[in-house]
Order: sequence, then structure tokens, then C-alpha cells
Amino acid sequence: MSKTHVSTQINGDSYEFLCNTQQTLLDILRHELDLTGSKEGCSTGDCGACSVMMEDRLVCACLVLGVEANGKEIETIEGLSSGSSLDPLQQKFIDLAALQCGICTPGVLVAAKALLAKNKNPSEEEVRFWLAGNLCRCTGYDKIVRAVLEIAAEARNT
Amino acid sequence: MNDMTQTNFERALKIVGSRPARPDGVDKVTGRALFGADKSLPNMLVGRVLRSPYAHAKILSIDTSKAEKLKGVKAIITSVDFEDFPSEFVPNGEMVVNMKDITRNVMAREKVLYVGHTVAAIAATDEDIAEQALALIDVKYEVLPHVLEVEDAEKSDAPLLHDDMMTIGVEPAPTSASNVAKRVEFGFGDVEKGFSEADLVVEREFTTQQVHQGYIEPHACLASVSEDGQAELWCTTQGPFVVRNFCSKLLGFNAAQIRVTASEIGGGFGGKTVVYLEPLALALSRKSCRPVKMEMNRAEVFTASGPTSGAKIWVKIGVKNNGQITAGDCILKYQAGAFQGAPVGPGAMCAFAPYDLTNVRAVGYDIVVNRPKVAAYRAPGGPISEYGVESVIDEIALKIGMDPIDLRLKNAAKEGTIAPYGPKLGPIGMIETLEAAKDHPHYSAPLGPNQARGVASGFWFNIGGETSSSITINEDGTVGLTLGTPDIGGSRASMAMMASEELGVPMELIKPIIGDTNSLGFNFLTGGSRATFSTGTTVVESTREAIGELKKRAALLWEVSLDQVEWVDGHARLISGDEPKTMSLAQIAKQAGKTGGPIMANCSMNVTGAGPSLGTHIVDVEVDKETGRVSIIRYTAIQDAGKAIHPAYVEGQLQGGAVQGIGWALNEEYIYNDKGELENTGFLDYRIPVCSDVPMIDTVIVEVPNPNHPYGVRGVGETPIIPPLAAISNAVSRATNKRFDELPLSPPKVLAKLMHG
Repeated sequence: MSKTHVSTQINGDSYEFLCNTQQTLLDILRHELDLTGSKEGCSTGDCGACSVMMEDRLVCACLVLGVEANGKEIETIEGLSSGSSLDPLQQKFIDLAALQCGICTPGVLVAAKALLAKNKNPSEEEVRFWLAGNLCRCTGYDKIVRAVLEIAAEARNT
Repeated sequence: MNDMTQTNFERALKIVGSRPARPDGVDKVTGRALFGADKSLPNMLVGRVLRSPYAHAKILSIDTSKAEKLKGVKAIITSVDFEDFPSEFVPNGEMVVNMKDITRNVMAREKVLYVGHTVAAIAATDEDIAEQALALIDVKYEVLPHVLEVEDAEKSDAPLLHDDMMTIGVEPAPTSASNVAKRVEFGFGDVEKGFSEADLVVEREFTTQQVHQGYIEPHACLASVSEDGQAELWCTTQGPFVVRNFCSKLLGFNAAQIRVTASEIGGGFGGKTVVYLEPLALALSRKSCRPVKMEMNRAEVFTASGPTSGAKIWVKIGVKNNGQITAGDCILKYQAGAFQGAPVGPGAMCAFAPYDLTNVRAVGYDIVVNRPKVAAYRAPGGPISEYGVESVIDEIALKIGMDPIDLRLKNAAKEGTIAPYGPKLGPIGMIETLEAAKDHPHYSAPLGPNQARGVASGFWFNIGGETSSSITINEDGTVGLTLGTPDIGGSRASMAMMASEELGVPMELIKPIIGDTNSLGFNFLTGGSRATFSTGTTVVESTREAIGELKKRAALLWEVSLDQVEWVDGHARLISGDEPKTMSLAQIAKQAGKTGGPIMANCSMNVTGAGPSLGTHIVDVEVDKETGRVSIIRYTAIQDAGKAIHPAYVEGQLQGGAVQGIGWALNEEYIYNDKGELENTGFLDYRIPVCSDVPMIDTVIVEVPNPNHPYGVRGVGETPIIPPLAAISNAVSRATNKRFDELPLSPPKVLAKLMHG
């Protein structure tokens, strides 16, 4: 089977890869490009552990084909911090213990970041419904929701 | 240890009890942390599993010849690659395992016993080839009748899963095989006499469904065996030493040949305490002499790992009109899955353990059915039995017109109570959590229409066990900790905090890592709420030994006797002398070469004296009487932690356990069709709670110190999943004036009860 050549931007850098038409973007990120920060929890779009941004839209990388990334801009968890500075949301998750095992954390952070880009003043209910696609089995969500609400409040006050 | 213990309970602590950043925090929020599936090796093959399509069938033949000929296939294994074992039971934490069963669960031999049971495995150069090769393996089956429910499996004419299994624990010993593996009984007194003294006796039957731990990270591993038989295994596990021992036994390696390195672990909850893929990957790698990586997909996790039991239970409790319990009795029938080993023993032991009773009996049956073999799940067995007991307690409270917390307080177990499973209890926090619940504003807050409040308590034993860790004092005054229990929920932070508290050096200078199986003595797994208790104990002991050595070195440098040196705030201090003289840890470490060489200490012991942890939860629910949907409006989890080393992560355990319990109570269940196939093998249909399903989970940490830990730690991870099942069921019962006795309380079930009673 011949492979398709794909050119894409990931976290601002140019990437090129060859992929089979049935390969998912998640498969490409993890297995071809060694960007293993996006996690595979289900491969059916139910758990959100592979959440990435494609053209400023929040998607599950397991539900996007690798070939669909051609000419697109992708943002993954690996692009959230800049240089040695964590994004304030990342720091807040550490400060508030908003993670336990950490497997859902990359997806949750990408999704929460997407929410805050759209809505600077989300209510608790809006945070909960936005993150309803990101399963976490450890925390009971309490500290995750608090971290997102606190970051939103801090951003409004500065 | 006892003297220092007392000091620790009373003295002001600087680090323990605070909320510092966890050492692995940055790795976890940046995607840098490497989990089970995140590692690769050069020349690596991919491994895939062929699974049974039948719930129960004899394997007549397996022909792999066509698959072997496919280009790119490098190894194929079936049961002929595994040695057989005689039946022998060995303890594995809170569970018991039998190597005869483990080898058959890892790779089916004579029969397949559930849909998803492993029949063969393949290693190939890529996924596509592996998938094609699986399709080329020709397995001939003779399909047998199957059985899924305990009430069917225990019948004398039920299809037998194991034709040599005789029920253990019944007199006289049976002469014919059965699906009932064993009967257990705990208790004392005379329950019949107790019931005859009661003013009110309530008895009721309950049903719970099979549920899965639901960790988000599927099982994954990477094995590499070289031509000389040396093996490296990277895997997501709660216990790398336990994996090493299982795999070496199953495959005939010796322990030193297999080095197991635990990856970061994406949740376990008991489900990552046994082996599935690991021995397969090792066997495939041994055959091909190339690294083999294996990952389960989500459907494989649901069908072929180890969920916990569904159950049928019967509970009977008698009380005086003043609330005094005169007797408690229960019968528990737990699904074991395909091989014996349901957690019915611990379930029976803890069923009535929150209470101080004179007449009590708990009988349990371990029953095999054509479902995946159960594994541990957070307080294995406890949520099921205590759900039944705590539901009947609530029903009694309503019937005698007593506040449900007052009823529990009247009968609460306390220090000196003889537990139903035998021992006399040390200090425990049942009364303290009940009083904290009663005092909490939640308990007296007003309720809206169709809303009601439920409460329930929970008891869990917690365990200690074999543990080994070490501490090194580096030349620049920093400190390394090597730990043997994988960190699932922040334990590296609490270990570094205890070492920091003891040493008097900042936590940032202490680097904790999880060692591989060649770096420490045997460590039992992270489970049984034992990591902070057991590993914490060894960390404190080895840190104190290192402090002793540091003082020795200071005495040498000062040319004084050792008794002239004390350790205060990270410094050696000369006790006598005209002017105060101190030397920092870093100053001593820098001169270690001159005073005897590197400074390190380790502590290896079988840690005993785990303290039971009690919890009481309060929940408000709202029942939509049109649809049967139950919403959680408000939730408060109260628990005795003994001592919270890092309170934020203790709160996290309480919150996470409560929400897992909410899932068990409201949504989660294995749904089988009449062929014995699991119909809900994904998170869409096996619905664990999502963020919008739950409110904030308020927590109260009660601290009744465990005298057997230097800081009083009990272990907190498991107890919080126990109370939610009954607390929610009690609330729904109160909201609807109907007594619910079946989980999950999903909308169709609630609606049916509302319409038909």
C-alpha cells in the first residue's frame, strides 16, 4: 500500500511524514513523531486523553486521520509551555494537586486551555460541561475544576 | 520507635501536613512523563493477542502454521509455551492467587472460560501484519453451555467451569465438583438469640453488578529478552516486584534474569496487581530475541483484564427500639469470574466491622462464572458487603425514627471493640467521623423538592507488607530516595516530605525515584492503601539511620564522642562546649570521603500494624420522577486518615474514591448478551462519571493517629469507595419512599421501581 505524504505544523514547527490512509493523527503523533504526550485511553473519542487543537478547534486526535493534518496547524500538550516557563494553567494544576496519576492531564490541559480561549469567565457549570469529554478516574474532577476557575479569575484580575 | 512516635504526634511539624508541589508534577503537566505505552526500543516488534469469541468452549486444536508463514511474523505463542502448575494458593495482598489458574488465565489451555480469554499471541514487524496473522490462526472449539450469574452457577445442574473444583470450607467435604469454590464464615456470639431479643428485625436481599476499575491507561508493556536469557521489562503496574515474580515463575526465568522497571502508571485501583500482557511479551521476545511491545485497547481492557465481582447478598439486622443492635447476619455470594478468587473473604470480614456487636455472622461464597477473572478493585469486596449492611442500617433508622448518624454512633466500633473478623481494634476513628458528619453544615442544610439526604459509613483494614527503600546523602548535601512502590497518586511527594521533616533539609533538595527490581529488596505492590504507611515507615527508618551516620561523621570531624552530637534542623550540633557549634548536612556530606566514604542507608522490613481507616459520607440527591435520573446535588466525604502527610492528595483520594463510588452506584455495570458477550466494551456505554455528572466533593480529614506509624498514617486510598454505594441508595430511597436494593441506580431501574414498586 502506498503511503501519503503529509506536511503539517505542530506547535509552530514544520513536520513531514508518510502515513497510511487509515492511520489516525494520534497514531502519527505517538508512533511516527514521538510526541507521546497525547495519550491513548480508548481510541473511540470517549476519553479525551488525546485532546489536541487542530486549526484552533479542540479535537480527539484518535478521531482525526493523519492525512487530514496536511496543511493544518496542530497544537499538542508539548506546545503548552514556552521555553522554561510553564503555562499558568500547568502551574495551577501542580499547585492545587489537580492531578493524581496524570494520564488524563495532558488532554485535560489542552481542553481547558481551549475553553479559556473562548470563554474568559466560565461558570463552574460551563467548565464541567466543557470538560465532560475528558475522563479522569482519579480526582473526582473537584481540583481540576477549581484549577480552571482560579486561572480564569486570575487572568481577569491582571 | 515508640518514643519518637509519641514525639512526632505531639511536636510541631514543618513539612508534614503542608501542600508542596509534587516532584513529578512538571513531567505530568507537560506530557513528558512516560507511561506504559510511551516507550519504544530499536528493532522493536509489535505483539497482538488472539482472544476467545466464546464464553465457554473446549479448545480442540490450534493450527498456527499459516500464520507462521506470513512474512514479518517473528514469533507465535500458545499454551504449549507455558509450563503447567499444580494448584497452590499464594497471598497477593488483599487477594489470593493460584499459579495453576494464573497460567490458564494468561493463556488458555484446555478450555476458554470467557469471551476475550487469551488463546494465542503473535509478534510481528508491524500492526497490520500482526492483525493479518491473527486471522490466519485456526482454532477449533467445541462450544459448551456457559453461566454468568451466581444464582445460576451454584445450581447442581449448572455448566461446570472446572470439573475438578470441590467446594472448600463446607462439612462434610463434597464428593462432586461445583462452581462454588469456597465458603468462608466470620463472626461470634449467637445471632439467633440476638434476633430473638430484638424489637425490630429487618432483612433484605441486594444485587450489585460487575464493575471495572476504569483506569484511563490501558495495560501496556515492552519486553526485551536477549540471546543469553537476560530480560528487561517496562510496564505499567502497581508492583514491579510482583510482576517479576509472576513472570519468572510462569516462564521459568530466575528472579535476577528479569529486571522490571515500572513506568508512570495511569491509574490502577487494584487492576494492575496481576499480569496479563507481561508474560506474553516476554515469551514472544524470548522466541524472537527482539523487543516486543504490547498494548491493550479499551475493549480488551474491559473484556480481558480483572474487573470486580457482581454479587447477590442477604443482610439481616435486629435492633432494640433504642437503636441497640442485637444481631447482624449476612450471606454474600460473589462472582469470581472464570477462576476462583472473588474478594468475598475481605467482604465478609468488613461487612459489620464499623460496629461493636455481640452477635454477628458473615458467610461468603466464591463462585466461578464465565466472566473475566476478577482482580482487586479499591477495598476489594468491601463496597459490596457494606452497601448491604449500610442500607439495612438506614432502613432501621427510618423504621425506629432515629437519626441515621445517631443510630451508627450508638453502635460504633471503637478502641477495644472485638472486630467481627477476630482482632481487638486499636484506636479507630468511626465515632470521630460520625461526629464530624453530624457537625458539618451539609448535614443540616435545607433540601429542595424531590431531594433527599443519605449517609453511610465504611471500614477498611489497610495493609502493610514487605517493603524496602534507601536513602543516599549526596556530596553536595542533596538527598536521593529510592522507593519500590510505584507512585500512583503523589506518594513520591509524601515520601520526600517525611524525609525532609526528619532531616531538616528542604524538600526541593530531596529527589525521590521509583527503583527497578534490581535496585532494592522485594517490595510488595502499591495497593491495600499501604504505600504511604509501609514505604513511609521504611523511609523514616532509613532517614533516621542516615542521620545517625551524619552525626557520627560530625563527631569524627569535631573529634568528640558521638553522644556529644545532636541533630537539629538539618545540622549536627555540639551539645556541650563553650560556644554553639554546628555543621550543616552539606558540610558533612562534602567531607564524607575523609570520614569513611559515601553516606547511605536502607531499610527493609515486613511492615506490620496498618490502621483501619473509617469514613462517613453525606450525599444529597435529586430524583427526576419522570425519567428516573438521579442527580448528585451535594457530597461530603469525611475520613480518618490517621495523619495526612500531604492533605491535598488525601483530599484527592477521598474525592476520587467518592466519585468512583458514585459511578458504581448510578451507572456502571457489565452488560452481557445471551451468548456471554460483553455488550458495553467502551467508555460510551460503560459510562464512568464525567465532569458534568458530579458536584464539588467536600472533604473533612479526621486525624486519629495510627500508633504503628512514625507520623500516625493509616492509609486512605480504599475506604472512600465504600460509603457512596449505600449513601446514594439510602438517599434515593428516602427521596422516593421506596427501598432500593439493586445497583446501579440507572434511570431505567429507578423508573421501573417508581412505576411498579
